[in-house]
Amino acid sequence: MFVLVVLLVIPALSADWLAPHDPIRGSIPDRLKPPVFFGGTWEFALGTDRLGRDILSRIMHGAKVSLSISIAGILAGGVLGTALGLIAGYFRGLADAIIMRLVDITMALPSILLALVLAVTVGPSFQTIIVVVTFVLWALYARQVRGEVLSIRERDFVARARVAGASDLRIIVRHILPNAANTIIVLATLQVGSVILLEAGLSFLGVGIPRPTPAWGLMVADGRQLIVSAWWIAFFPGLAITLTVFALNLLGDWMRDRLDPRLKEV
Amino acid sequence: MKRYLVIRSLQSLLALLAISVIAFAMSHLTGSPVDAMLPDDAGPEEAARLTKLWGLDLPLYEQYFVFLGNALQGNFGDSIKWQGQTAFGLVLERLPATIQLGGFAIIVSTIIALPVGVLAAVYKDTPFDSAGKLVALLGQAMPNFWLGIVLIWIFAVHLHWLPTSGRGGFSHMILPAIAMGWFQVAAFMRLTRSAMLEVLDSEYIKLARIKGVPERRVIWVHALKNAAIAPLTYFGVIAGSIFTGSVVIETVFAWPGTGLLAIDAIRGRDFPVIQAVVVTFAGVFIVANLIVDTLYAYLDPRIRYQ
Amino acid sequence: MRSPSERPALEVRDLETRIDTKLGLIKAVDGVSFSVEHGETLGIVGESGSGKSIAALSILRLVPKPSAYIARGQVLLDGEDLLEKSENEMRKVRGKRISMILQDPQTSLNPVFSIGFQVVEAIGMHADAPRKTLVQRAVEALRRVRVADPERRVDDFPHQMSGGMKQRVVGAIALGSFPSVLIADEPTTALDVTIQAQYLRLLKDIQQETGLSIIFITHDFGVVARMCDKVAVMYAGRVVEYGPVRAIFNSPAHPYTKALLNSVPAVEEDVDRLYSIKGQPPAFWDMPKGCRFEPRCDVAMERCKTEYPAKLAKAATASGGHYADCWALEEPEWIPSRS
Ligand SMILES: Nc1ncnc2c1ncn2[C@@H]1O[C@H](COP(=O)(O)OP(=O)(O)OP(=O)(O)O)[C@@H](O)[C@H]1O
Ligand code: SF4
Ligand SMILES: [Mg+2]
Repeated sequence: MFVLVVLLVIPALSADWLAPHDPIRGSIPDRLKPPVFFGGTWEFALGTDRLGRDILSRIMHGAKVSLSISIAGILAGGVLGTALGLIAGYFRGLADAIIMRLVDITMALPSILLALVLAVTVGPSFQTIIVVVTFVLWALYARQVRGEVLSIRERDFVARARVAGASDLRIIVRHILPNAANTIIVLATLQVGSVILLEAGLSFLGVGIPRPTPAWGLMVADGRQLIVSAWWIAFFPGLAITLTVFALNLLGDWMRDRLDPRLKEV
Repeated sequence: MKRYLVIRSLQSLLALLAISVIAFAMSHLTGSPVDAMLPDDAGPEEAARLTKLWGLDLPLYEQYFVFLGNALQGNFGDSIKWQGQTAFGLVLERLPATIQLGGFAIIVSTIIALPVGVLAAVYKDTPFDSAGKLVALLGQAMPNFWLGIVLIWIFAVHLHWLPTSGRGGFSHMILPAIAMGWFQVAAFMRLTRSAMLEVLDSEYIKLARIKGVPERRVIWVHALKNAAIAPLTYFGVIAGSIFTGSVVIETVFAWPGTGLLAIDAIRGRDFPVIQAVVVTFAGVFIVANLIVDTLYAYLDPRIRYQ
Repeated sequence: MRSPSERPALEVRDLETRIDTKLGLIKAVDGVSFSVEHGETLGIVGESGSGKSIAALSILRLVPKPSAYIARGQVLLDGEDLLEKSENEMRKVRGKRISMILQDPQTSLNPVFSIGFQVVEAIGMHADAPRKTLVQRAVEALRRVRVADPERRVDDFPHQMSGGMKQRVVGAIALGSFPSVLIADEPTTALDVTIQAQYLRLLKDIQQETGLSIIFITHDFGVVARMCDKVAVMYAGRVVEYGPVRAIFNSPAHPYTKALLNSVPAVEEDVDRLYSIKGQPPAFWDMPKGCRFEPRCDVAMERCKTEYPAKLAKAATASGGHYADCWALEEPEWIPSRS
């Protein structure tokens, strides 16, 4: 499992040096070359697309795109959701009521469709996707963290800190946050895979990453029409998504079992 | 229970209202919708006339209430792309196809996931459980659009067993339903399994066995009715995600439903249709959740008798 | 009054139950023997983790699957060995001939089924009668355990009842088919003190009416004194002392029993108090070769370290056998006392 994750992270970090070819500029004479073992050569191990771009190189660069989007999106959604969850759980009352209603509403919205709409109205871009991911994720964190805070704030050390005259901010940052950290970390790890899937889906529909950036979902979309004659164009990027998400989900499950076994499976 | 359902309904209404605000805001985010409606050579007088006609000179909140009033009557205006059709009419026309495919996918995935999840818990740590886990992990890792393409490639293009795309007989539904449902099967199965494991370990299951209840009944009646509560809360999410998933799947399989309509409308910047689709999807999603809440109350007497 | 039946209602002989735990295979019940006569109550006492519950579940062949299994021994119900029976035959024993009450009434009842459903099901498992009759019998069973207004209560759900009331329902489930043996695994530990007393009284009354044999598992020697005729003291998977309740109270033979008796709280004290014997029981996966109590025993000898003590008769004077696993009983200067 770790091997798988490492195998994913290395090409993502080093695509600029390791990738054998330019991911964006192709060479027309080399177009639609099949993968090695299917009549191709090692030169283009996973074949080339319609514009003669090397699939392997594009997949490696695509890893960078996928990972950076999901990490940025999870950070943004996680920070926002955690902050609101802390406020709701710690102060209770009106703030709690409002935040939890917002959570309910967010969770009741068909988020992918809103993502589509947003992408269309403000145009597809890296930033749009981050906003979409943030919107989809924050409610989950808020709800989970709030639940955690509710139980933590009843514990002795919080009462002691309060008696000792610590400010609310200090109690939250020094006492409550560290105790909720496991939940947050596990949740984040469990989310990486699904965020990659979300980004790939949006890119596939043409409302995610704009061309010609090598995003996996886009590559599958590009290869879709050629599935009969040049199957490798769509097949390998999709396989890359599958393996990546598979490995990340395993990692997430493992982290949950280690750090926070009470967190329910989904 | 009445109280509980009333609260849930009110919450749903609130969510629907939020959706309508978003749908309304959508058409104003990209500038005046008039631009989209005008022919390229129209002069400013024409634009002013349309602005007046559509009430776009009113304050924003008044415009919203007009929009809301119209939306409540199913009036989202005329489609820009499909001349001569109303936006809501188009959605209604395409909805049955989506419900057919989505419903089929939900039913099939439930029929598969529930028993497999139960048996995986009963036969924990056996090869059956491991196989189930692998299928689930795969289902949660494969992007549905890619799975759809690969299925077409194998079963339609190579083997010629099933049609590649379009709506037709039963055989047309099989591939899209698999592509759509596998992820749900995975999620549903894992939830059922973990809920069952927890329940099977409980004292009341021990007591049922002590009473002499046969093991089969212990599992499928005593344990399952408890364990079903957890996956059921997730069922609304599943139903919703099947609907949103239809956007992708209908594109891949050229299935003429609302998902495909949505994508076509988005590509053609046909805002009335997009608004109609968003509000309709949200409505369906919310109704599905309300049904789930009702079922939930039925299953769990602790809620029923609140 | 003991019934003069020639055969015990239930007899357990040399029972061994193993559990495959994360830390290795343990013998949670390691060669345990005891018996209950008709209409008699046997108490099983011992610290937490000594194997009481596993022994009880072994009788019903309901040890946690798949990690636990019964390795050897006999469980004789009216002379029939239950360990020889098929799973199907066992089902006809459970609830019908041997029943059990679990510790925590809050979790023993299924939250999604009505009280009526759960009692009716228990009775219906062993009776071929129309539903109407079964409901009638369920109402009667509830009345026998003194649930007020049982006709109305059958439609209630567990969460609508108090803990004491739930434990009565569990009693009705257990006794609905008139079993001859009832195993009560700490049935009152989770209840309030006053409710506890009522419940014990109820069990005693039902026993008097029906000639039920009871195996009463508890932490509490005070309860043993009120309820039991005989006592088996368990320590680390074994019965270390066994005998009539009076003999055990008046002249405990095993140093462990004495320590337990010394830690019995006075009546007016809170009964929840834990034993305060110095040290910890040995870990199952790391058992001493000799006497298992040796590390905590005040009167240990050299021999105790290397050899497990034989079962030694304490006194021929007491009625029935009074045995203990302790080398000190062989020593001539042994003075029976409450230490
Ligand atoms: N399901 C299980 N899996 C692994 N080990 C178990 C299991 N159930 C019991 N054990 C172990 O078997 C031993 C005996 O447990 P048992 O429940 O019989 O103790 P007990 O005497 O009933 O204790 P208590 O008074 O706390 O109920 C303990 O060491 C316990 O850790
Ligand atoms: S056998 Fe020895 S160690 Fe064990 S209880 Fe008796 S005296 Fe103590
Ligand atoms: Mg126990």
